[in-house]
Amino acid sequence: MTFPPPSDDEAETLYKKLDRDAEEGGYHLNPDREFTKNLVRGLLVNEKRFGYPSCPCRISFGNREEDRDIICPCDYRDPDLDQYNACYCALYVSDDVLKKKVPVGSIPERRPPRSERRAGAGLRSTPAAGRQLPFPVWRCRVCGYLCARETPPLVCPVCKATKDRFERFM
Amino acid sequence: MNQMKMEHVPGTLKGKITLFALSTCGWCAKTKALLKELGVDHYYIFVDLLPPEELEEAIKEVEKFNPHGSFPTLVIDNGTRVIIGFKEHEIREALG
Repeated sequence: MTFPPPSDDEAETLYKKLDRDAEEGGYHLNPDREFTKNLVRGLLVNEKRFGYPSCPCRISFGNREEDRDIICPCDYRDPDLDQYNACYCALYVSDDVLKKKVPVGSIPERRPPRSERRAGAGLRSTPAAGRQLPFPVWRCRVCGYLCARETPPLVCPVCKATKDRFERFM
Repeated sequence: MNQMKMEHVPGTLKGKITLFALSTCGWCAKTKALLKELGVDHYYIFVDLLPPEELEEAIKEVEKFNPHGSFPTLVIDNGTRVIIGFKEHEIREALG
């Protein structure tokens, strides 16, 4: 289905918001501004056609439950940033890309194929009481922020402390 | 696949080349631009712009060549070679 393309104003407004949010959270948008602006337009198009900003580089049937894992920023962004220095669509890139230490490229799809996906499952499994935690819990030693993921975030979203200030909590 | 409406870009014949792409995807745009730059005869389709009733069929077609059903998927000679993602070097080597 086609929708009128988003206006330059809409794209610029969302670009600025995403850039601000990214930098505040310790993330970075791709410095290739033209490439990034096109992805931002893609997010606006998807927002219009599906009602949520699903990844511009992934196909969607417009079912939010099925697409929860690919609503931007997707479930796969952080592991992809860690492993490949960019997310799947390359809207987000790592510090090293920003410092021009490594190039950005097209990366493999981390999202399981349709045949292996359950609606809304994404990468996560539901924790069960008394069982081993599905993810380790990390604690920011500066502000006490807790998060459950494979590795601590690069920067604490609350106090901006760096990754090395986190300790294993659970 | 033949029933699906593909856009044809005329050029030097290097086999049957079909690009499955998304209109919103940056890597798809780069792949499409590279094919144009190489000047090879090819077909492309923006799968996300298909009406819902044709979407399933198109994705199944992509999944035949690329089980992940991801984009861009470049199919050369009915699957003799399949290039997934914007692999500039591989595409140039295969079609340049």
